[in-house]
Amino acid sequence: MSQHATLDPPVPAPAAPAARRRRRDAGGTILVLPALIPVALLSVWPLLQGIYLAFTDTTAGRPGAFVGLRNFADLGSYGLFWDSFRIGLVWAVSVTVLQFLLALGLALLLNMRLRGAAFARVLALIPWAMPPVIIAIMWKLMYDPRSGPVNGILSTLGIIDHNVNWLGDFSTALPAVIFVGVWVGMPATTVVLLAGLQSVDPAVLEAGAVDGASSWRRFWHIVLPSLRPVIVAITTLDFIWSFNEFGLVYVLTAGGPGGKTMLPMLFAYNEAFKYGNFGLAAAMGVVIVAVIVLLMFVYLRAQRRAAQ
Amino acid sequence: MTPRRLTVGRALSYLALAGYVVLLGFPLVWLLSTSFKTPRELASLSPSLLPESFSLTNFRSAIEQQDLLRAGANSLIVAGCTTALVILVSVPASYALARFRSRLRGVAMGWILVSQVFPIILIVVPLFLILKQFGLIDSLVGLVLVDLVWSLPFALWMLQGYVAKIPAELEEAAATDGASRLRTLTSIVFPLLLPGIAATSMFAFVLSWNEFFFALVLIQDPTLNTLPLALARFVGQEGQVQLGPLAAGSLLSMIPSLVFFALMQRRLTSGLLAGAVKG
Repeated sequence: MSQHATLDPPVPAPAAPAARRRRRDAGGTILVLPALIPVALLSVWPLLQGIYLAFTDTTAGRPGAFVGLRNFADLGSYGLFWDSFRIGLVWAVSVTVLQFLLALGLALLLNMRLRGAAFARVLALIPWAMPPVIIAIMWKLMYDPRSGPVNGILSTLGIIDHNVNWLGDFSTALPAVIFVGVWVGMPATTVVLLAGLQSVDPAVLEAGAVDGASSWRRFWHIVLPSLRPVIVAITTLDFIWSFNEFGLVYVLTAGGPGGKTMLPMLFAYNEAFKYGNFGLAAAMGVVIVAVIVLLMFVYLRAQRRAAQ
Repeated sequence: MTPRRLTVGRALSYLALAGYVVLLGFPLVWLLSTSFKTPRELASLSPSLLPESFSLTNFRSAIEQQDLLRAGANSLIVAGCTTALVILVSVPASYALARFRSRLRGVAMGWILVSQVFPIILIVVPLFLILKQFGLIDSLVGLVLVDLVWSLPFALWMLQGYVAKIPAELEEAAATDGASRLRTLTSIVFPLLLPGIAATSMFAFVLSWNEFFFALVLIQDPTLNTLPLALARFVGQEGQVQLGPLAAGSLLSMIPSLVFFALMQRRLTSGLLAGAVKG
């Protein structure tokens, strides 16, 4: 909503004679075209092509013929595809929820007048400043089964009694990857929630305190409801972003071990560029996008109903 | 609330804050420390947080590695060309978006918002096929075009914000004084837009410098690797991967991003935290 405010022109266009307005509009179009043409060619056109490809049996070797819904039927009976879908859902929901809970706690913390909070806020920019590939490399070093500090710290604390191959073990790989996902996204979510917290009307909070509401009740009945729009927006975006994640997990595990971290994006990438099944990969894209849109629709509807 | 409870609460808060700082900072410190360790120390099974002695061997071998050096040059070419193109295309477009109420404005703005949740998975295969038709697979030109389209939405959004801040009265005054349209743009709007152009350029540069997915799909020839590609493929060689040079190479490749965020840090935090409590 605040975005719309900045997107609107600063000054309402002055009433101009019709002819002049037409000329200005034409001028505007010419200025925008150099940006719109590459976008149309390399973003909108491929999008339409992608939907079309989903209904063909195109492979890396040759252009395909129209096959109707066959790709979708194939996907339906493709166990590995559903495995990756389930893993993707576990990943995206875990990352979004954990990220949100931790970020909310931190935002409340940073909103208090604590020494060092400013430093912590600057530090929160680090995961933004780092490319996903470098973050993945950094965490590879952290998780390294021989020399990684994760094993060192946990065994010093007595939590584990032997070195764990975090990214290579069937049972720990997905949790280990989710932890990195949370590490990457939590600071940004914190900053957004913090901005939301600061727009909560202090007068209402004071009134609540005067009326004798405990800090927990004030948080639950005043702070949380007024944060709702921010929470809905950031969790929606976090979910979509994590569902679309690729580089981080590609470098950390490449989907392994044994497909335990095979997110849908990695699966579709392999299907297309390792095995050359372009049509099938495009159908996967359509299914993935359709499911995301459906989930978001249900979530936003439920939120709207709860708000009423 | 008794003062005693307040103190315990504050102590716990500081503890949580410290935990957060360690959680965010520790992996980076570890990366830094790994990059300075000697091969002998890296082979140790009980590695320490700080290196025994600060050795620059890893940085030297990362730089001397032909692959990384060439990848750095490729990244520089791609990110440099992308930035130049982004600015060339988005300066006029963002001016039009901020100043004119054209039907395209709504289209462009809608697309800018959609791009934030764009389903890359749906476009990557057709994008590959389209670029292949034009012989732009395994070509830095192809990568530049994709990166251009990839960074345009945010660049347009940033720049039109800067244009909107320039008072339209300045232009009207110049027009009244008899300056031509072009002259008004070059001698009034453009100079005032320079800080915005600088910020947008840095943003586009960093985005393209860090980009991984499209590079992975479009570039197969190892001599055309970009830096993230080269580093990712370096990791892929399980078993023989040398952690020290890898850490050093990672740090070196972060330099542009670090410069960008150091310069933009105040603006980013103040923009996102408008009206923040002073810490």
